[in-house]
Amino acid sequence: MAQPVSSSTQVSEIAFHGVRLKRGGIPVLQGLDLDVEQGETLALVGRSGAGKSTILKLINRLLVPDAGEVVVRGRPVTAWDPFDLRRHIGYVLQDVGLFPHLTVRDNIAVVPRLLGWDEERIGRRVEELLGLVGLPADEFAARRPDSVSGGQRQRVGVARALAADPPILLMDEPFGALDPVTRSELHGEFRAVQSAVRKTIVLVTHDMGEALSLASRIGVLADGALVALDTPAAIATSRDGRVRAMLAPLVEAASALQGQAHP
Amino acid sequence: MRVFQFWASHQAEFGALLVQHLFLVAVSTIVAVALGVPLGILAARRPRLGAPIVWLVNAAQTVPSLAMFGFLLPLPLIGGLGARVAITVLIVYALLPIVRTTIAGIRSVDPALVEAGTALGMTPRQLLRQVQLPLALPSIVAGIRVAAVIGVGTATIAAAVGAGGLGEYIFRGLSMVDPTVILAGAIPAAVLALSLDGGLTLAERAVRARLSGGARHRAWVSRLAVIAVFAGGVWVVAASLRSETLIRVGSKNFTEQILLGEMLAQTLEARGIRVERRLNLGGTFICDRTIRSGDIDMYVEYTGTAHTAIFRQPPDTDSRRVFDAVRRRYADAGLTVLDPLGFENTFAILVRGADAQRLGLKTIADASAHTSGWQAGFGYEFLQREDGYPGLAKTYGLTFRAPPRAMDLSLIYRALADRQVDLVAGDATSGLVDAYGLVMLEDNRRYFPPYDAVALVRSATLLARPAVRDALVGLSGKVSVSDMREMNRAVDSDRRDAVDVVRAFLARRH
Repeated sequence: MAQPVSSSTQVSEIAFHGVRLKRGGIPVLQGLDLDVEQGETLALVGRSGAGKSTILKLINRLLVPDAGEVVVRGRPVTAWDPFDLRRHIGYVLQDVGLFPHLTVRDNIAVVPRLLGWDEERIGRRVEELLGLVGLPADEFAARRPDSVSGGQRQRVGVARALAADPPILLMDEPFGALDPVTRSELHGEFRAVQSAVRKTIVLVTHDMGEALSLASRIGVLADGALVALDTPAAIATSRDGRVRAMLAPLVEAASALQGQAHP
Repeated sequence: MRVFQFWASHQAEFGALLVQHLFLVAVSTIVAVALGVPLGILAARRPRLGAPIVWLVNAAQTVPSLAMFGFLLPLPLIGGLGARVAITVLIVYALLPIVRTTIAGIRSVDPALVEAGTALGMTPRQLLRQVQLPLALPSIVAGIRVAAVIGVGTATIAAAVGAGGLGEYIFRGLSMVDPTVILAGAIPAAVLALSLDGGLTLAERAVRARLSGGARHRAWVSRLAVIAVFAGGVWVVAASLRSETLIRVGSKNFTEQILLGEMLAQTLEARGIRVERRLNLGGTFICDRTIRSGDIDMYVEYTGTAHTAIFRQPPDTDSRRVFDAVRRRYADAGLTVLDPLGFENTFAILVRGADAQRLGLKTIADASAHTSGWQAGFGYEFLQREDGYPGLAKTYGLTFRAPPRAMDLSLIYRALADRQVDLVAGDATSGLVDAYGLVMLEDNRRYFPPYDAVALVRSATLLARPAVRDALVGLSGKVSVSDMREMNRAVDSDRRDAVDVVRAFLARRH
């Protein structure tokens, strides 16, 4: 069933081959095949429990598949030193996960320090990244995470993930906890950052609108399998019932707006 | 107010005891942190190991502290008397709060942060040092605070094994029945506990503040605190090291013994020999262990006590025979018995003067007709010892209304005078015998062996320091029964200080 990998002409940054995984006896992934190409932004969309976050954790080896294999940059993840692998994959967590006992500067510096960068280089890098995510270093670098707003924390989370300039960036519901206005503001910045740094990004979300506005490709997950994988335009017009179910809230919102316009 | 006078007149001693107390608490808490934090980390990260660790630490905590001292005394490395045992016991008690709060602190770290650290590529060790430990720190500091406060309290008991500290005044006060002396030790111990609690609460708050941001300017406070604690520790250690070349004089825990210990000490000091007083150590068995382990160099023992209680020989009424036997047995243990001081402190069976007059009691045999309606009170040791209550009851056919009450020796005269008990075994030389109008019944069947007071000295000390023998020889045969009773009375009834009483006595001798 799986397509022969060798026939692909694209450079495959991340590949899943027949990956199966059970958690607590319940199958989460049932034979997943997936290729993520270099430089693309792939959004994985699905309901809660569809296995979206699981896929991210398989990429940086927080989880190991029961069967099949995950290949990152041409090497199976099991052949990587797990700590080295993770230090070269940026990760933005669902609830940000900034360390409360460290300043914004030290939070961003975590991975560079693990990699043994000298402090001068770290200092330059932190300033550069804070500029990139729109937080002036002289105002924010010395503050603690709990003294900045939710949207600012999220930006620090992105800066931390990018700190060691990893080729791959994994984002798990990065904008999930934010109010809609802040979220759309960050969407704009995300696109700016993406065009500036050109990373391979795997983004997990339950919000199809977010996926349509940010991703270059969208995968829809249901029942432990990828039911659709295509461009945003193709996904938006899909006839597949499981894809349409994810689009339903957007359609509803659109018709509600229309209804208001024409009472 | 009398407490202030007491401190003023005992400045040097008070300072030394305070330093000893701080030393015990500081060393034991530091070691407990060094052991407890890694144990807590291990327990938190390996739940399978964690349960038995917590169980063990918990179980150790439930052992009463005096019993714990008893268990540890005979052990080879940590046993023996003095600071070593006390510190070991204090460490055991300090472990529980530290291990517990370390486990709780590490387990309470948000799992999302642990996952974040792992996802960023931290090894388990880096995760521990960079995330889990810093976030668990306030909890750990809280545990150290609890441990230190418990330590201050428990360290007062350390005086019972000759480790010194403020408990020395508490025990001395108890045996002298002098509340002033008890307070002289209890008040500073309480103040010490409270200020330690307060200081460490501040440290804990500073750590929490540092974690939650803001308060950067407070960093110097915690730094200053660390420096102060460190400097204090160095000073305490330095002070304790100085005591090494001193001659250490011990005593049991009653007035006469404290007087005799003081007498040995002042006699040595008069010859320019530097002395450390480890008076009020405890009962016979503790003094015996202490001198055998080398933690003290000398104390005054009674030949009859050594013969029956220490060497477990059948009671013998010939004082010369007992003296020779005891001297020979001690010599085998590397201890030298010097010539008797001159008085004998036999057990005295005492009744109230009024009862003696009313019933016409002169001897113990006279009393045996009346004891079935009486309540007796005996010291713990007397109840246990072969030459104590069991043999006495057999010899005179004594039966009592109820089993004899076990009481502290220092309280026994008072209890008799207050009619709480009707017959007690006290010391023949006690000053309280006259003070409370008690009457000593004659041992007409010669049950009690001879109890000649003798100075017992480590032979090694006598060999190494000939001046010590020269000084002590001068005391032989110089202390009569009436001298002893008078000195006991001066302390017990007239509330005079043992140091002054002995000084006056020695001055009269010369």
